Amino acid sequence: MTELVVNGRTRHVEVEDRTTLAELLRDHLDLTGTHVGCEHGVCGACTVLLDGEPARSCLVLAAQCDGRRVVTVEGWADGDGKLHPLQAAWREAVAFQCGFCTPGFLATAYDLLRERPTPTEAEVRSHLAANLCRCTGYQPIVEGVLRLAGTPIPPPGCER
Amino acid sequence: VRPPPFAHVAPRSVDEALAHLAEHGDEAKVLAGGQSLLPLMALRLARPAVLVDVTRVPGLDAVGVDPDGWLRIGATARQRAVERSALVAGHLPVLVEAVRHIAHVPIRTQGTVGGSLCHADPAAELPLVAVAIGAELVIAGPGGERVVPAVDFFRGFLETALGPDELLTAVRFPVVTERTAFAELARREGDFAVAAVLAVGGRVWATGAGTVPRELPPDLDDLDLADDLHGTATWRRRVLERLRASVLA
Repeated sequence: MTELVVNGRTRHVEVEDRTTLAELLRDHLDLTGTHVGCEHGVCGACTVLLDGEPARSCLVLAAQCDGRRVVTVEGWADGDGKLHPLQAAWREAVAFQCGFCTPGFLATAYDLLRERPTPTEAEVRSHLAANLCRCTGYQPIVEGVLRLAGTPIPPPGCER
Repeated sequence: VRPPPFAHVAPRSVDEALAHLAEHGDEAKVLAGGQSLLPLMALRLARPAVLVDVTRVPGLDAVGVDPDGWLRIGATARQRAVERSALVAGHLPVLVEAVRHIAHVPIRTQGTVGGSLCHADPAAELPLVAVAIGAELVIAGPGGERVVPAVDFFRGFLETALGPDELLTAVRFPVVTERTAFAELARREGDFAVAAVLAVGGRVWATGAGTVPRELPPDLDDLDLADDLHGTATWRRRVLERLRASVLA
């Protein structure tokens, strides 16, 4: 039995030992906003916040998450459905097309803005190199992050 | 692809971990951050029956300075924690510099120092730092503890001196008074390095010049290099030449 907090809610799950966190989220908790691309840590689509830090959910076992805290894309808006500033900035910048990579980018970009509230464009590109996007060419994603430079970044909605 | 079925055990002490390793022998594999092992399992290049998860052993991730002044990093210390550690930055800044070159942030938040050393990927940064700085690896086994100099720990491609019934518990770095510098070339940011170099004083060690980190000879024509996926041996020699020049400049 594994006990973990997902998007602010305590969950108890009983899964096979080989189950990854990504599978746990998608197949057992029905949180299908976490997308699985390469399944070996390269593409970044499955990135979530694990104990507040970005992590590849395809490279963490569910069994390793006992007592830990997970935030998926479903946890970023606040209780009223108001988008997190990062989500809003990307909507304004038209920073996605198919949206497959966006949930993963959220966790990585949040980590950067929390550590460096006014990043340079080079720092944004370097940090976001952890995630692949096949639609946008990255420019609007970088622009969206830069729009938030200088404004304090609030935690995900489910953790406020 | 999902890995084949296996059992996950999470011992709460080094002794308990060693007992699991003794019981399961070659069938068992130590799991730390999982950032190299789990991809190998997903690709079915590794099929351990039992994963001995050592990340729940209290204190195994400690970072501190020993009475002899050496910097001690616990095996399960996360790479991201080392990267952010003021203590490490104060004692061995080149280690922080090298860790920043390991993959990407979401990998480093989970990846551990000990995991990278034991995986012994020929392109990895941490084995290079350990060998160049003259680190020693602290290993627990059925007969007690032994200490192995880094230069003797790395044996070949993904191969170390660690026995199947042993566990790396810490790596210790000596005090370095000479100037150090690190440089790396990767095709894209965060990719496996083509080559990396670390200078300590006037001596330079490198990855990408063989299957284990090694000191570069004065004349790089003495290296036995082969063409590979990245490029020709001639190109690799020039990469190493340029990297060496950059850290000696």
